[in-house]
Amino acid sequence: MADVLVYLYAVGGAELAESVAPGLTGVDGAPVRVVVDGRVGAVVSTVDPLHFGEDALQRNLEDLTWLAETARAHHAVVDAVSQRHPVAPLRMATVYLDDDNVRALLRRKNTAFTAVLDRIRGRREWGVKAFARGQPDVEPDRGAGDADLGPGAAYLLRKRTARERSARAQQNVEDAAAELHETSSAVAVASHLYPPQDPQLSGRQEHMVLNAAYLVGETDAAAFLDTVQTWYSPHIDHEVTGPWVPYSFATLEES
Amino acid sequence: MTGGGLPVPGRARQPAEHTQQSTNLADILERVLDKGIVIAGDIRVNLLDIELLTIKIRLLIASVDKAREIGIDWWEHDPTLSSGQRDLAEENRRLRERIGELETTGPTAQRKGGEDEKPREPVKSRDRESRGDG
Repeated sequence: MADVLVYLYAVGGAELAESVAPGLTGVDGAPVRVVVDGRVGAVVSTVDPLHFGEDALQRNLEDLTWLAETARAHHAVVDAVSQRHPVAPLRMATVYLDDDNVRALLRRKNTAFTAVLDRIRGRREWGVKAFARGQPDVEPDRGAGDADLGPGAAYLLRKRTARERSARAQQNVEDAAAELHETSSAVAVASHLYPPQDPQLSGRQEHMVLNAAYLVGETDAAAFLDTVQTWYSPHIDHEVTGPWVPYSFATLEES
Repeated sequence: MTGGGLPVPGRARQPAEHTQQSTNLADILERVLDKGIVIAGDIRVNLLDIELLTIKIRLLIASVDKAREIGIDWWEHDPTLSSGQRDLAEENRRLRERIGELETTGPTAQRKGGEDEKPREPVKSRDRESRGDG
């Protein structure tokens, strides 16, 4: 087994080599450096095979504490280097045997990496999540009409009314989410829809009904935020996160 | 990054420069595990396993809800634990009975309501109660 391994965070232009802040550390607290080939560079750090070798990595990924720490460290490096240069993040846990293999990768995928970097240059990602507003628990109407009905019929009527009300509420929520997505997309270059997060994962009780990412030009950021944050619906409540490095739009189109 | 912890409700109304602070783990995991450039490095990690892992996290965190969903909810049915439950069962029985009667008498009888209300209840319901409890 190799003595050390190389962990990759992101790829960017070769100029990254001069701009990575000394002292920046990544996963496992290892210092971050840049491996360059021609005009592209990879942000990497040297890691221990005891933690990132094949078996260890597979095992560690199952450990939620390790996973959380490593995900945060990965993200922190990507975020830090992106402040100065456009970078395309790699998926967490991309590990090579040595720098030579990283250089070979950069050479092999040169065109694809350049295309990705061109797509995200000068753009940032914003996240928009929407939640169904809690329906006020209105006591079903015991209107004048109910008084004439027997208790059984009144019960059935109340049930039906409640069912109809909840179907209507569901429709309103879905319509509102679609409208919000449309509004946000209009100010964005591209969008990506994620599956809604589980309430336990999102940390909110309400049902998530929209979980989207938008690629927005840096000069349009203010307009995007203004549009999205002032948009209002009585049916859904939404929040904006970002700016993110364009994770959702850093994908390779295989040629 | 000061991120971490749970997201604060009403975040959308805060100024943009504050939003980065609320970066939470779920958002980060979603991106670093599912998105970004995917390249099979020298160290092979089974891609499917990473997908399974995200599912696993979701399941793990939601496991209490899950237990309730698949019916591990004995504490809600044990009469010594929930006293309100018996009254509810009782009421359900009565309502079901009423519905049965209404269905047989039809909508016209229903509207006249008042008069035929009285003779219905007593005998039958006592009957069923004793059977149900036995």
